[in-house]
Amino acid sequence: MKIAQKLLNSVRPHFKEGGRFEKLHPAFDALETFLFVPGHTTSQGVHVRDAIDLKRTMFTVIVALVPTLFFGMWNVGYQHHLAYGMEASLVDSFLFGFWKVLPIIIVSYAVGLGVEFIFAIVRNHQVSEGYLVTGLLIPLTMPVTIPLWMVALGAIFCTVLGKEIFGGTGMNFMNPALLARAFMFFAFPAYMSGDIWTDLSPEAGHVLVDAYSGATNLVTFDANFTKLPSAADMFWGFEQGSIGETSAFACLIGALILIGTGIGSWQIIVSCVVGVLVMGLFLNALAPADMPTHAMHTPAYYHLLMGGFAFGAVYMATDPVSAAQTETGKWIYGLLIGMFTVILRVFNPAYPEGVMLSILLMNVFAPLIDHLVVEQHIKNRKKRA
Amino acid sequence: MGKVITIKKGYTIKMDGVAPKTITHLALSDVVALKPHDFPSVVPRLSVEVGQEVVAGQWLFHDKNNPKIRLPSPVSGEVIEIVRGDKRRILEVRIIPDKITKYAYFPEINLPNADRDAVIEYLLESGCWSYIRQRPYSLIANPDDIPKAIFVSCFDTSPLAPDLGFIIEQERAHFQTGLEVLDKLANGHLHISLHTEVGERLSESDFRGIANHKFHHFSGPHPAGNVGIQIHHIDPIQKGEVVWYVHPQDVIIIGRLFTEYRYRAERIVALAGSCVKQPQYFKVITGQKIKSITGNKLDSTNFRLIQGTILTGKKTAEDDFLSFYENQLTAIPEGDQPEFLGWLLPGFHKLSLSRTFFSWLTPNRSYNLNTNNNGEERAFVMTGQYDKVLPMNIYPVHLLKAILAKDLERMEELGIYEVSEEDFALCEFVCTSKIDVQRIIADGLAYVRQEG
Repeated sequence: MKIAQKLLNSVRPHFKEGGRFEKLHPAFDALETFLFVPGHTTSQGVHVRDAIDLKRTMFTVIVALVPTLFFGMWNVGYQHHLAYGMEASLVDSFLFGFWKVLPIIIVSYAVGLGVEFIFAIVRNHQVSEGYLVTGLLIPLTMPVTIPLWMVALGAIFCTVLGKEIFGGTGMNFMNPALLARAFMFFAFPAYMSGDIWTDLSPEAGHVLVDAYSGATNLVTFDANFTKLPSAADMFWGFEQGSIGETSAFACLIGALILIGTGIGSWQIIVSCVVGVLVMGLFLNALAPADMPTHAMHTPAYYHLLMGGFAFGAVYMATDPVSAAQTETGKWIYGLLIGMFTVILRVFNPAYPEGVMLSILLMNVFAPLIDHLVVEQHIKNRKKRA
Repeated sequence: MGKVITIKKGYTIKMDGVAPKTITHLALSDVVALKPHDFPSVVPRLSVEVGQEVVAGQWLFHDKNNPKIRLPSPVSGEVIEIVRGDKRRILEVRIIPDKITKYAYFPEINLPNADRDAVIEYLLESGCWSYIRQRPYSLIANPDDIPKAIFVSCFDTSPLAPDLGFIIEQERAHFQTGLEVLDKLANGHLHISLHTEVGERLSESDFRGIANHKFHHFSGPHPAGNVGIQIHHIDPIQKGEVVWYVHPQDVIIIGRLFTEYRYRAERIVALAGSCVKQPQYFKVITGQKIKSITGNKLDSTNFRLIQGTILTGKKTAEDDFLSFYENQLTAIPEGDQPEFLGWLLPGFHKLSLSRTFFSWLTPNRSYNLNTNNNGEERAFVMTGQYDKVLPMNIYPVHLLKAILAKDLERMEELGIYEVSEEDFALCEFVCTSKIDVQRIIADGLAYVRQEG
């Protein structure tokens, strides 16, 4: 600790104004503030500050993502071994997934942070912490078979077009990680849909079992919802899907961490769930009686468990920058996300992952929702007079 | 006891170094000063010159824009120096006080029979008018205005704040007289706020004999004691309206004026904070040298001395002088040491309203807080944080953004006239992005005052 401090002190002059690496100051600053909470003191206004800062906030979100990450790693191995009909221990499955997922994470962070640093240096601003979370969200929303060059492309797209062109963290109006996923989904459908959800790297002496099907639940359910895995399997996450999205249980743990620490908005999470249930029940009521396997018959709570809904509602919809900001606005925003998710899933088989699109759509509408809420607030204030 | 107004949003910061209720009388310091900077609206024009002998209650300077507003000398003695800053702006009027204070005596006045104009005239003549302040803008009130109400908050919920009930207890009769004076000015709208738990209990029966006043009982955390919050909940300010308010200590000073017919500027100041060896209350004179109060009572070398609270006070030094309206001095450690991976540690000793540090497991502990910024300034990211500590029907972030955009109409719609910097201090405290909320609010108020 002392050594690190000494080292930083010794090289600091080179990064100061007039120093040899003056231009690289934002990069040095990012590294220094990462290692040490700076000894800056309050200068005006309040003399003491709450201990929380953006680093701690983002770190808390990462902690909340850990259950989905670990479960996802295990599930990658589990699905792989299942497809080949192999017996594998918990540790074997986890290790298999670990080595598959780790490169994706490394590429995502390396490329994304690289872009952030370049922008910070060119535009001479500080490196913001937003990418600490985004860099983990991108891998978790990808299929494990994703080529690494696509992860890199996604990370670049996400940082440049999702964030930096608007001015960096806090200025963007759409969730950058989700924007990157949507971009890859539409630009490279071959890598983002179809038979890609399970890692099928060959295993010596094993062939794919007959029962293996590469279709995810969202595709299955459009054809015949009764063929879905059991609700319990979907809840725990023993199914195919993007790395982090399969286990609603892991997302639930994450939700509890986010709500407990006060970092994630419980209003948004709860209203997303309510929106899904309301729309699900509504469609149940309208479902054609002569087609018992039609998607409209799907029990409403299935929508909470399958696909990426739980992951999206907990980690994506709650992004405070792109969500609605007023209390009332958050309820409206969440309800609409939930309802649109179900509508897209049921009525638009071309885009099975409804939650991604409905969150992005509501990101766009969030300022409008807030505007209406604030206008109403002003009207109420005037009435009080 | 009538209806209790419960404040739900907010937070009372518990800190080490609370002053126990012992009052020490301090002798006058060798120099005493009055600082025009304490009166933001006043453009000072001197009424005295260097070398002149003055008595307590004699005007030292008046406001160029409103010559009726005059600031009185707290002591008698010789004007020794006029300290000036940039562009010859007057910073301090320094006086070497006499050993025994000589007072200017004002004509006797029979308060019960005096009318409103006579009372105002008497306050202006004595200079005590400067203790009556107004919202919006938190400035000295304009004597030509008719306020829609006058507010006196008899409790203070700020961190390490002096117990106002205890202070009022010391001079109950003068406090009573002061309220009678305000009653004359308030046209039947004198509001007195009490708290159900904070501080020594004052009860309604303590205030018999004042004709037209209303009592309001509050419960809940800081900022319940802020007069702005109380106004908002009792009789909110609309555009064009003015509300006056007076601090209880200043009510006592006004009470003394109408009983003793002289300006006696003693007030009780709490010296508190974790860097104070023995926190306690002191009876001092407005304008007293800070050093004479802190003496050798401070514990460490690396501390910050603040006139006022840790949320709203001003950084000061021992060679400074006690500000005009001040009731509190706070000394806390400077937090200028970097902390290795501080954002990653469990943080059992770190105060945060979020539960991201494990200190949330011990909600009732008191903290030894220092002045570290605990992070760097960022753009707005988190939402809903400010709303949790601002007990007003106001959308804080939208108001701040309207101010940053200099959108006058929007500021008015979102309630700029109701707010004061101090009401937003907790918002600034909790802010993850470390934004200077109070400065933005101050800028907004200045802008509205200039353009509105």
